[in-house]
Amino acid sequence: MITEALGLSAILFVIGTFGVLVRRNAIIMFLCIELQLNAVNVAFVAFSNVFGIEGQLFVFFVMTVAAAEAAVGLAIIISIFRHYETVDVSSFNLLKW
Amino acid sequence: MTTVLFYAFAAIAIAAAIGVVVARSPVGSLLFMTVTLFAISGTFVLLEAHFLAAVQVIVYAGAIMVLFLFVIMLLNLGHEAQRDLKWGAFSIVSAAVVGGIVGLMALQLRGSEGMGAPGAGAQAIAVASREYGVVGAIARPLYTTYVVPFEITGILLLVAIVGAIVLAKRSGAS
Repeated sequence: MITEALGLSAILFVIGTFGVLVRRNAIIMFLCIELQLNAVNVAFVAFSNVFGIEGQLFVFFVMTVAAAEAAVGLAIIISIFRHYETVDVSSFNLLKW
Repeated sequence: MTTVLFYAFAAIAIAAAIGVVVARSPVGSLLFMTVTLFAISGTFVLLEAHFLAAVQVIVYAGAIMVLFLFVIMLLNLGHEAQRDLKWGAFSIVSAAVVGGIVGLMALQLRGSEGMGAPGAGAQAIAVASREYGVVGAIARPLYTTYVVPFEITGILLLVAIVGAIVLAKRSGAS
């Protein structure tokens, strides 16, 4: 079952990466990043069945960092929305050459 | 039985993850994401991580997804129903990046075939769970060996709270 779990983790990570690359709505891109973090969590839990409890501990830390990241990232999205009235990332081109 | 359940949860998780990427509205995307999180929580139970399964539902599906939903409602984005996928030259680059990741993962997964069965780690976790309980098995190393990362995580959360308030506050309203 560990190999299957690693496969599930890989598939979810790839779907999340694809979502970040092809969507332009900042909030959906952000959701796809959460999907990638969850895929890594599945891999950590699978490996904890082989190597011990440390894998589950690191899932704990990843969840905390994900919560912090969601709070700060959504605050950034809100403050960008105040300037541009949109969350479409293709319209944020101030730093683009 | 366990394997059948695992495949069922994995299929739900993958289908809902595809839904996250292709859903037209942000709210639909968010609801698909919640389904994915519940399915992943199910796989955690099957992989003997019972406490993490509960935390996954409470923290991820319960708190973080509600935060996303609040922001979507605050910015009034629920009505955007057009598809906003990037196509053209960029899709070729995306496909190349995704293909590269798939290739690397396939290589790595082929190397992990040998450890298909739960090994020493599962036994150690089972022993610790019997002695200290499911939560105690995680709490004991968390508060002894890994207490410094734990404290640093606390500081990170404090910084994130302050940062979120500073960023989301209206700049003119002092």
